[in-house]
Amino acid sequence: MYLYLVAGLALLASFLVSREKTLQALKIAARRFVKILPAFLTMIILVSIVLFLIPDEVISKYLGGSDKFIGVIFASLFGSVTLMPGFIAFPLSGILLKEGVAYMVLAAFTTTLMMVGVLTAPIEKAYFGMKVTVIRNVMGLFIALFVTLAIGVAFGEIFS
Amino acid sequence: MKRKDIIRIIGVSGYFLFLIISLVLGFNPGKEIGYNFGSFSLDMLKILPGAFILIGLFEVWVKRETIEKHFGEESGVRGYLWAILLSSTTVGGLYVAFPVAYSLYSKGAKLSVIFTYLGAAAICRIPMAIFEASFLGIKFTAIRWLVSLPLVIVTSMLLGNYLTKRNYRITVGK
Repeated sequence: MYLYLVAGLALLASFLVSREKTLQALKIAARRFVKILPAFLTMIILVSIVLFLIPDEVISKYLGGSDKFIGVIFASLFGSVTLMPGFIAFPLSGILLKEGVAYMVLAAFTTTLMMVGVLTAPIEKAYFGMKVTVIRNVMGLFIALFVTLAIGVAFGEIFS
Repeated sequence: MKRKDIIRIIGVSGYFLFLIISLVLGFNPGKEIGYNFGSFSLDMLKILPGAFILIGLFEVWVKRETIEKHFGEESGVRGYLWAILLSSTTVGGLYVAFPVAYSLYSKGAKLSVIFTYLGAAAICRIPMAIFEASFLGIKFTAIRWLVSLPLVIVTSMLLGNYLTKRNYRITVGK
C-alpha cells in the first residue's frame, strides 16, 4: 500500500528535521481523526444497511432491463445511494456490458457512484454544512446526466 | 444540539444491540449487516490513519503563504490545475478528500478551488481511471473525463463565488 510508504517516509523525514513538530503533527492527526469519527461511524452503519438492502444481484437485475432510459433512472438511483469501491464497481460494469447493458446506463451508474454520495453525506455535512452538501451533490447528479447523454451520443445509443 | 446527540446515541446503540441479538439468535439479515459493518470498518481503518498522518504533517510543515499563493484568491487558473493534479493522487474515496479539502481551506485555499478538488477527486483518481478504462474501454473513460471535468470546474466556480458573496465559512464539527 503506497499510502503507508508515503506516510512513513514523510514521518521519518519530518522526525529527522524536528522531533517537536512531528509530535505536534501526530497530535493534530489524532485530534482531527477522533473529531470526525462519529460521522464516519454514521456512514459505515448506513453503508452496512444499504449494502444489505441493495446487493449486486439487485443492481444487475434493474440495470439489465430492456428499456435503457428506465435503466438510466435506476442506475442513477443506485449509484447515488450506494457506496462501492472501484475494484467492485468496474468489474461489475464490465460484466453488465457483456450482458448487453447500454453504455449510457453504465455511465449513469459509475458517474453517480463517484459524484453523488448520499452515504458520505454525514461526513461531508460535518465539514461543509448541510446546504453545501446538498448543492454539491445535486450538481453532481446533473453532471452525471450530462456525461450519460454524451456517452449515449458517442456510442450511438441515444437515437436508436 | 444536546437532543441530537441523545438521538444519535440511541440510534447507534440500537443498531449494535440489533447486531448482537442477531448474532445470538442466528438472524441472517442481522448477521449480514454485521459482516458488512466489519468489512467496511476494516477498509476504512486501513486508509484513514495514513491519510490523517499526512494531514497532520501538512498542517505543521506547509506554510499558509504557500497554499494561499497556489490555491488562494491570487492563484488564477493554476489553482484549478493544482487542485486537479492533487485530486488525481487521492486514495480511498471522497471520505478521504473531505478532510484534505478542509485542511487546504483552513490554510487559505479559495472555495472554488476546494470544490474543484472534491469534484475531481471523485472522478479523476488515476488508479481508478485505469481500472475503468480496462473494463469499459478508453473511449468511455475519455468521454467521461472530457465532459465531467469542465463541468466540475464551472459548477465549482459558481458555487464558490455564490458562497463567497454570502460570507460562507466552513466550520468543522458543527
